[in-house]
Amino acid sequence: MIVSNTGKYTVVSLLVNGSSQDIMIRSADTLLCTLRNQLGLTGAKQACGNGDCGACTVLVDGKPMHSCLLLTMEALNSGITTIEGLRHSPVRQAFVDNWAIQCGYCTPGFIVNGHALVTEHPDAEDERIEEWLQSNLCRCTGYQEIKDAIKSALNANNLLDSNGIDTAEQ
Amino acid sequence: MIPFNFDYFKPETLEEALKIYSSEWKLGKKVIYLSGGTEVITFARGGKMTFDSVIDLKGIPECTMLEMQGDDLVIGAAVTLNRLVESNHFPLLSKTVRTIADHTSRNKITIGGNLMSKLGYREGILPFLITDAIAVVYGPAGTEAMPVDNLAAAELAEGQFLTQVKVAASNLDLPFVSMKRTRSSKVGYPIVSLAALRKEGRIRIAFSGIHEHPFRSAVVEGILNDETIEDQQRIDKAIAKLPTNVTDDFIASKDFRKFVLNKLLTEMNAVWEGSR
Ligand SMILES: Cc1cc2nc3c(=O)[nH]c(=O)nc-3n(C[C@H](O)[C@H](O)[C@H](O)COP(=O)(O)OP(=O)(O)OC[C@H]3O[C@@H](n4cnc5c(N)ncnc54)[C@H](O)[C@@H]3O)c2cc1C
Ligand code: FES
Ligand code: FES
Repeated sequence: MIVSNTGKYTVVSLLVNGSSQDIMIRSADTLLCTLRNQLGLTGAKQACGNGDCGACTVLVDGKPMHSCLLLTMEALNSGITTIEGLRHSPVRQAFVDNWAIQCGYCTPGFIVNGHALVTEHPDAEDERIEEWLQSNLCRCTGYQEIKDAIKSALNANNLLDSNGIDTAEQ
Repeated sequence: MIPFNFDYFKPETLEEALKIYSSEWKLGKKVIYLSGGTEVITFARGGKMTFDSVIDLKGIPECTMLEMQGDDLVIGAAVTLNRLVESNHFPLLSKTVRTIADHTSRNKITIGGNLMSKLGYREGILPFLITDAIAVVYGPAGTEAMPVDNLAAAELAEGQFLTQVKVAASNLDLPFVSMKRTRSSKVGYPIVSLAALRKEGRIRIAFSGIHEHPFRSAVVEGILNDETIEDQQRIDKAIAKLPTNVTDDFIASKDFRKFVLNKLLTEMNAVWEGSR
């Protein structure tokens, strides 16, 4: 059984972007707080804090989740991936190539969610893309470039064989 | 940031959860159960809820199981909405919960949390109301089963928590409709949400958004099944017999909710007609 207690800070081990880190947290800390304030991983953004905007999205065991609605304690035995761990994601490059960024505040959330979509559903159709992207809000773009970026990453993903090798270049 | 501290426990058995509840409660602490935790975190952050101890139910196998057992589908309280959609054991439930919140939130929101929510919508309960589902609760008196419609937080005894919901296999694949209208975008709380199915030639129907709580009404159902009157008359009569206090708030006025309900019932009739 996992326990952590009031008032005092508890030392816990968190697996973030493939490396295990020992940190001191309050039971009341959200994962978003811990990532930003304890681990200096500021890619996940604080915005609504209510699960409405997706700016804080991270992957927990590969599933996109709002880190503002997750206690750090709930994530202890899971693998967490933040935008900092997705430097080589094709979705990140697709956002650059498709000009899917203006102010950039929403971008990490979109890329993390998009990366999970491309990984879990490499043949995602419009309806599924729409359903997944409804979790993220952007106040600057008209969403079209973002959809284009996700679609181009899906297409590129389909050109990779199961070893991740680009078959289009062979 | 949540502006107060609390103890966090993640037990691995039902007995352990209850033991923690009892010992914390005896110390005069306010204890709450947590399944997905999204509402608990939002309310705590916004000052709408305080507590001293949290018991996370996600480590208890009974609360995370999702399987057929004999003649029942057994759904653990801590099963996420997306897991229900993906497994698709109960297509009406999958379709209904797929309209709750957004895809990312549904990786965290659980069916137990939705059923025990302090918010009035609790759309996940609609398919259970029309299939006479059974809620299984655990507490100081051991395991108890009750009709799912008794499941309002006020009716659970001190220390009791929801562990599972059971639906008879014979109710899983009946013809159904699930419809929802929100104010603007696809994601949002319902102006009206309804789930209906046909069993032995009769319509069973439950609603959310119209009233403070989701409901199924024998009177409304009786009228909607009265084949001696025309479709539109039936709908008008059913709407006239809605429970009083139709919700009137910033999402939609009382009259607009009735208007939307009228539209949805007309659409529902068209769907049933088409499938006949
Ligand atoms: C972005 C967003 C959009 C939403 N949209 C909708 C919508 O369209 N329709 C709708 O119906 N709802 C909607 N909701 C509300 C959501 O379904 C409820 O808030 C639900 O309670 C969240 O589930 P949870 O598992 O996270 O609950 P939790 O936060 O774990 O718990 C909620 C409440 O139930 C209690 N509880 C939890 N599990 C148990 C248990 N097993 N036994 C006894 N008590 C328990 C908790 O103590 C708490 O009081 C939305 C929520 C969000 C964040
Ligand atoms: S900050 Fe988490 S969803 Fe908006
Ligand atoms: S680019 Fe500014 S919010 Fe999306």
